[in-house]
Amino acid sequence: MSSQRAAWTFVTPAMLVIGVFFGLPVLAAFALSLTDFDLYALADLHNLRFIGLTNYVEVLQAPLFWKSLLNTTYFVAVGVPLSIAASLGAALLLNSPLARAKGLFRTALFAPVVTTVVAVALIWKYLFHTRYGLINYTLGQFGIDPVDWLGDPHYSMPAIIIFAVWKNFGYNMIILLAGLQGIPVELYEAARIDGASAWRQFRHITLPSLKPVLLLVGIITMAGYFQLFAEPYVMTLGNPLQSTYSVLYYMYEEGFMWWSLGRASAIAFLLFALILVATRVLLRIARRGGDDA
Amino acid sequence: MNPRLAKAVVNGVLVAVSAIVLFPLLWMLSVSFMQSGEANAFPPPLLPGHATLANYEALFARAGMGHYLANSLAIATAMTLLSLAFNLSAGYAFAKLQFAGRERIFQTLLGALLIPAQVAMIPLFLLMKWLHLVNSYGGVIVPGMAGVFGIYLVRQYARSIPDELLEAARIDGAGEWKIFLRIVLPLLKPIVVTLAIFTFLASWNDFMWPLIVLSDQHWLTAPVALAALSREHVQDNELMMAGSVVTIVPVLVLFIVLQRYYIQGLLLGSVKG
Repeated sequence: MSSQRAAWTFVTPAMLVIGVFFGLPVLAAFALSLTDFDLYALADLHNLRFIGLTNYVEVLQAPLFWKSLLNTTYFVAVGVPLSIAASLGAALLLNSPLARAKGLFRTALFAPVVTTVVAVALIWKYLFHTRYGLINYTLGQFGIDPVDWLGDPHYSMPAIIIFAVWKNFGYNMIILLAGLQGIPVELYEAARIDGASAWRQFRHITLPSLKPVLLLVGIITMAGYFQLFAEPYVMTLGNPLQSTYSVLYYMYEEGFMWWSLGRASAIAFLLFALILVATRVLLRIARRGGDDA
Repeated sequence: MNPRLAKAVVNGVLVAVSAIVLFPLLWMLSVSFMQSGEANAFPPPLLPGHATLANYEALFARAGMGHYLANSLAIATAMTLLSLAFNLSAGYAFAKLQFAGRERIFQTLLGALLIPAQVAMIPLFLLMKWLHLVNSYGGVIVPGMAGVFGIYLVRQYARSIPDELLEAARIDGAGEWKIFLRIVLPLLKPIVVTLAIFTFLASWNDFMWPLIVLSDQHWLTAPVALAALSREHVQDNELMMAGSVVTIVPVLVLFIVLQRYYIQGLLLGSVKG
């Protein structure tokens, strides 16, 4: 069985890396979340105590956790549909037989995806500037008073959502575009012969055909958006009035500012559970929708 | 709608949307050439009055950006080369070699994709501390040397290699490593480029893990340094825009040159999943 052994030499290095630097830490994170690992334990492991579910109970009782959860949910609930709508709109435009220079437009619309979050967040922070920002200047041309985008708790999350949509819509645009190109042209031809309007074609051919792709894109985007961190870290520090403080921001501060590593691990697991539940819900909604159709 | 009008509308909207999407990047470039304080005006200027390289000079001479960019380049390059070696061999084995438990292991790996990376970060930090890799290139590189997504990508692509080709080589007495290096790798070339650009961009743009594992200024990557600089220089927008330019331009150029491979990988990684 020398070919078996050869196969293992191909696989083992990667498995070791993933096992030691991901699998093991995930298991350890769960163990850690059941302890009071803090700065004292970091100095001397003898100070470590098993405390059962205390971290989870305490986190679930902390107002700041609920605040961060509410903010993150807001970001996901508004940001994901907006991002996908933007992606779908752009994909439909690029898929139009009337569109010229498609490659060029595709590159332009995709460009924000490959940029560095921190760097582009700095640009948008300035575009959102209350006095000198171009966004308020443009709004002013339409007679709208300046908005204190990053300083007013009502507008800070919308500002971050606008930024996130700009940064991310190109990714799903490419996937949806491939989905659109996979829809047989005959379906549209038949509909046109039957006299179906463009809107009815979109409603009854495009959307149903895209459903599996939309579901996939929805799940990937949602999981990603639950992991909101760099945007508020750079643009608002979680402020004003903690209106952009996210669950991961909470984990980061508990873990690496206060060194409550046990509690931070519990927060990470709560976020993981939240993503799993949200994915389940999305799948269930999709399945129910499928039965109606 | 008459066809010529429809054509004008579709292309007009595309031009408008592209202009809006590209505007922040173009404006960043423009502001980076402005005199200090020039962008703090109303209405905001679109072009520099007297273009200057002063911000770039300050960025490299005083803020040490060259050093941070070199850190990013070293880390992203090492991570790309290492992950190519690990993921190509593993992905090929999952696609084409027989071994006990192959499917079960692969399914477990795919399941692991569901777990957000942040769940592992806290114990990973302790592990890195224990290995004395905190504040070193190794601390960023080592955990990213192999990845489920990369293995998956290679496996998907390698499945199209005909078994007969490998069998023929085996009958000729070639060893498995020789077959991999001489026959398989050349066939995998497109996915090698795809994986390389994916890994390089992801590593260059990564923020949260480098922020955690690197705190000593000497080791910071460009994005982490940029975030720190922006807190020191809250008022100096022109300088910060120059910092954003030098951080973004390398990855943007790389993407534009190799975008065919990037988009191929993006589709292989999602739609066919």
